[in-house]
Amino acid sequence: MTAANTQSGKPAAAKAAWEPEIIAFCCNYCAYAAADLAGARRMQYPPNVRIVHSPCTGKIEMEHILAAFEKGIDGVLVAGCLEGGCHFIEGNLRAKRRIEHIRDMLNEIGVGAERLKMVNLSAAMAPTFVERVREIVETVTKLGPNPLKASAQQGAVSK
Amino acid sequence: MIVASPKPVTELKTILASHDKVLFVGCGTCVTVCLAGGEREVGILSYAMRMARRLDKKPIEIEQVTIERQCENEFIKDIAPAVERNQAVVSFACGAGVQALAERFPNRPVYAALNTQFLGILEDQAVWTEKCLGCGDCMLAQFGGICPVTRCAKRLLNGPCGGSTEECCEVDKDRPCAWQLIYKRLKGIGQLDRLEQIVPPKDWRPAWHGGARKIVRQEHRV
Repeated sequence: MTAANTQSGKPAAAKAAWEPEIIAFCCNYCAYAAADLAGARRMQYPPNVRIVHSPCTGKIEMEHILAAFEKGIDGVLVAGCLEGGCHFIEGNLRAKRRIEHIRDMLNEIGVGAERLKMVNLSAAMAPTFVERVREIVETVTKLGPNPLKASAQQGAVSK
Repeated sequence: MIVASPKPVTELKTILASHDKVLFVGCGTCVTVCLAGGEREVGILSYAMRMARRLDKKPIEIEQVTIERQCENEFIKDIAPAVERNQAVVSFACGAGVQALAERFPNRPVYAALNTQFLGILEDQAVWTEKCLGCGDCMLAQFGGICPVTRCAKRLLNGPCGGSTEECCEVDKDRPCAWQLIYKRLKGIGQLDRLEQIVPPKDWRPAWHGGARKIVRQEHRV
């Protein structure tokens, strides 16, 4: 009944208040440095992104991404080095295949593959980083909140 | 080892539709090595299943455990309390493991999370190929250690079919012709004369055609 009231009572206000929450898993050798550079250059990008520092995109386990979605995160960006430029030779290529697998899985689950994206850039590509962040924020904003978000919050309250 | 592959999330969701508290049991032997049913795969599928069920407004509670081997009661008995706590069991083992759990826990439904595929080996990272059919009458000695019963699409025992192109099977161009491999292997070990022997039709009686097989080794019985 409470849920019904929320849906029928003030949907417009709830929708207006909602801002996408996005996690960006950033490789230490490129995207993290690019984000750092973007900050140093005072470049503006949406504040919806929380950066998780990773030693390499190849170190990002599938469970990390699935756990983020289960907890209600609206989108995940995985940012690794340019193909051929991985500090660990092929960590980003391995990550690419894993991301594709999780995207398929997210479609099967019903969350939708569009909420997960992998991008490749170098440490000097701060403008690209900013652009990619804007793109995923825009994509996820159009998609709306993670359908698991409401139940994730209820679960958190009940615990 | 036994090679298996995971069932799709949607199929497993349908199987578990009537339960809301289940135990996922991984197996630490073959299916862990073939990246299908080990502790990690159990964890990943648990995430997927919980999310899928929450989206259907039918949340599911999943308890996870991985044991060393599901095909031996010695290892299974340790999970009895966990099985009792749950409505159903989802086994991430091969078909033998699933059935061993079902026999051990007659009052709980046991479902298979994997499709058991074949007896094979790790060919390359995350690539497995079938090597043995388990026919019960091994003929590898005659063929230089390469099994035409398993690896020849037509199971020919007296030379290639003539349909192979270059070194590939005509049924699947990515599959090497077993008889080409046998020829090279016998040549390499100086046993090409074996090819002059006519191999009689295979005795299939020791295979599964008579139903499930059983082996009793009296010397090891206690």
